[in-house]
Amino acid sequence: MANLFRRIVSYLKSHPWLLMRRTLQILIVLAFVIDIPEVGRIAHGNLSSSLWFWNVPLTDPFVLLQSWLAGAPLAKVALIGAAIVAGFYAFFGGRIYCSWVCPINMLTDAAYWLRQKFKIKGNLTMSQDLRSVLLVMALVLSVITGTLAWEIINPITLLQREIMWTSAVGLTFLSALFLFDFLVTRRGWCGHLCPVGAFYRWIGHYGRLRVMAVKTNACSSCTDCIKVCPEPHVLAPVVAQKAMAVTDSDCTRCGACLDKCGNGALSMKLDLSRGNSFRGIPIVKD
Amino acid sequence: MTKHIPEKVSVAVKSVIENPERRKAMKRIFRHAGVAVFGAVVAQAVIFSRPARAAKILRPPGALPEKEFDSTCIRCGLCVKDCPYDILKLATWADPAPLGTPFFVARQDPCRMCTDIPCVKACPTGALDPLLTDIRKADMGVAVLVDHENCLNYKGLTCSICVRVCPIRGEAISLKPIQNERGLLQIPTVDPDKCTGCGTCEKHCVLSEATIRVLPRELGLGVSGTNAMGRTVW
Ligand code: SF4
Ligand code: SF4
Ligand code: SF4
Ligand code: SF4
Repeated sequence: MANLFRRIVSYLKSHPWLLMRRTLQILIVLAFVIDIPEVGRIAHGNLSSSLWFWNVPLTDPFVLLQSWLAGAPLAKVALIGAAIVAGFYAFFGGRIYCSWVCPINMLTDAAYWLRQKFKIKGNLTMSQDLRSVLLVMALVLSVITGTLAWEIINPITLLQREIMWTSAVGLTFLSALFLFDFLVTRRGWCGHLCPVGAFYRWIGHYGRLRVMAVKTNACSSCTDCIKVCPEPHVLAPVVAQKAMAVTDSDCTRCGACLDKCGNGALSMKLDLSRGNSFRGIPIVKD
Repeated sequence: MTKHIPEKVSVAVKSVIENPERRKAMKRIFRHAGVAVFGAVVAQAVIFSRPARAAKILRPPGALPEKEFDSTCIRCGLCVKDCPYDILKLATWADPAPLGTPFFVARQDPCRMCTDIPCVKACPTGALDPLLTDIRKADMGVAVLVDHENCLNYKGLTCSICVRVCPIRGEAISLKPIQNERGLLQIPTVDPDKCTGCGTCEKHCVLSEATIRVLPRELGLGVSGTNAMGRTVW
């Protein structure tokens, strides 16, 4: 037991990015459930819409968009909350939500870890575009049915509600999702199906927080980073064509590549320069 | 035939046919569109076949009419959290209401009709209408004495608990005497215009199943006017 604990600690020590984002993800879950003595609860509501520090409203722009498409008028508080969230992700990069906030990420990462432990090779290949198809479907269905179509099954808020009210009704669905990622498709849910990820990718298309390879010739093209990346295709231009930065908006800024790279070739930077990418296509350095 | 097709289109069509890359891309787009249409039709059928909200599911005060409420409420639970009596709950899959929407069940825990209406204040979307500032104008449903057979007052006793617990007794519900073969009965009578549907009467009905129940207004009340079928003899 102590041995296992030591191993976990040393693993986290050598993976600072993983440690940081797990800490944040867990803190966010706890902020909604823990009452701090003298202070109270830091966050109220859930990931659909919440009130932080008793004053700051945050609203998921995807949920609000569905609501609006379903025919609801937009209310001020919800709109302000959505603007704050959308603005943040538009500036820094949309799928930061996936790696640093979304609680489902912990579930699917665990499934992936288990998949590797058991060396499961079988893989049902699916198009990664499916998530965009599901995104469009969710929006169109909201218009047709007048309800928030994705919220009927959205596992993110489902998981959060189950945790907050210690209920277990949605557990069947969540375990199905886990087994799907574990046994059926590599990175099946977050890498192929989830329309929430697709939505955040879309708003954060020009996100400025980027994995960059600024040190010339540090990369030995070992492709270790690609092997740990949840969206491996985003690193290909960097490794194969010596692009300066990961500009594909699929990048979740999880930092797994930074944790992995033994050459220190990669770093996470706020990339405010213009000119090294045009519409997401990296400009290759010579 | 071909001369009716504008040149631009025919050039585009030609370039797709002759260019295998483009052909692939077009194929992909069509396949995705196919998946989307198929998926949307199935999902649409599933969504429409969901059972309607059950009659015992009552919405918090100020809730918009059910259809608008379903599209406006974003399932955040801020109202749930701000209710000081913890009567509200967000629907799980086991509850007969759209997933994640807030509700209460009168028999379990009725609305206490807070004068400052914290649930409405907490709602970020207006699904609980901020124009509701007087809790007595709330319309969560309407109390109906559904079972005359078992109501103790109908049996000639003076239980009258439902009347005594009502936060707006005398207005929303009061005792009206009627004379019948059992004698002079004191009948709990609801004024639907005054009743807010808070559910306190249902909660406290002394029988093991309440004889007075709060129902959504469209279920609980008739509407005056004529029904064409009413006089038809087949
Ligand atoms: S893809 Fe979806 S489920 Fe996965 S982490 Fe992103 S938002 Fe969460
Ligand atoms: S009026 Fe008060 S008791 Fe009733 S639902 Fe709102 S907060 Fe709860
Ligand atoms: S606060 Fe408003 S939007 Fe949130 S769950 Fe309650 S009614 Fe719905
Ligand atoms: S529901 Fe019952 S207790 Fe509440 S206002 Fe109506 S009659 Fe009174």
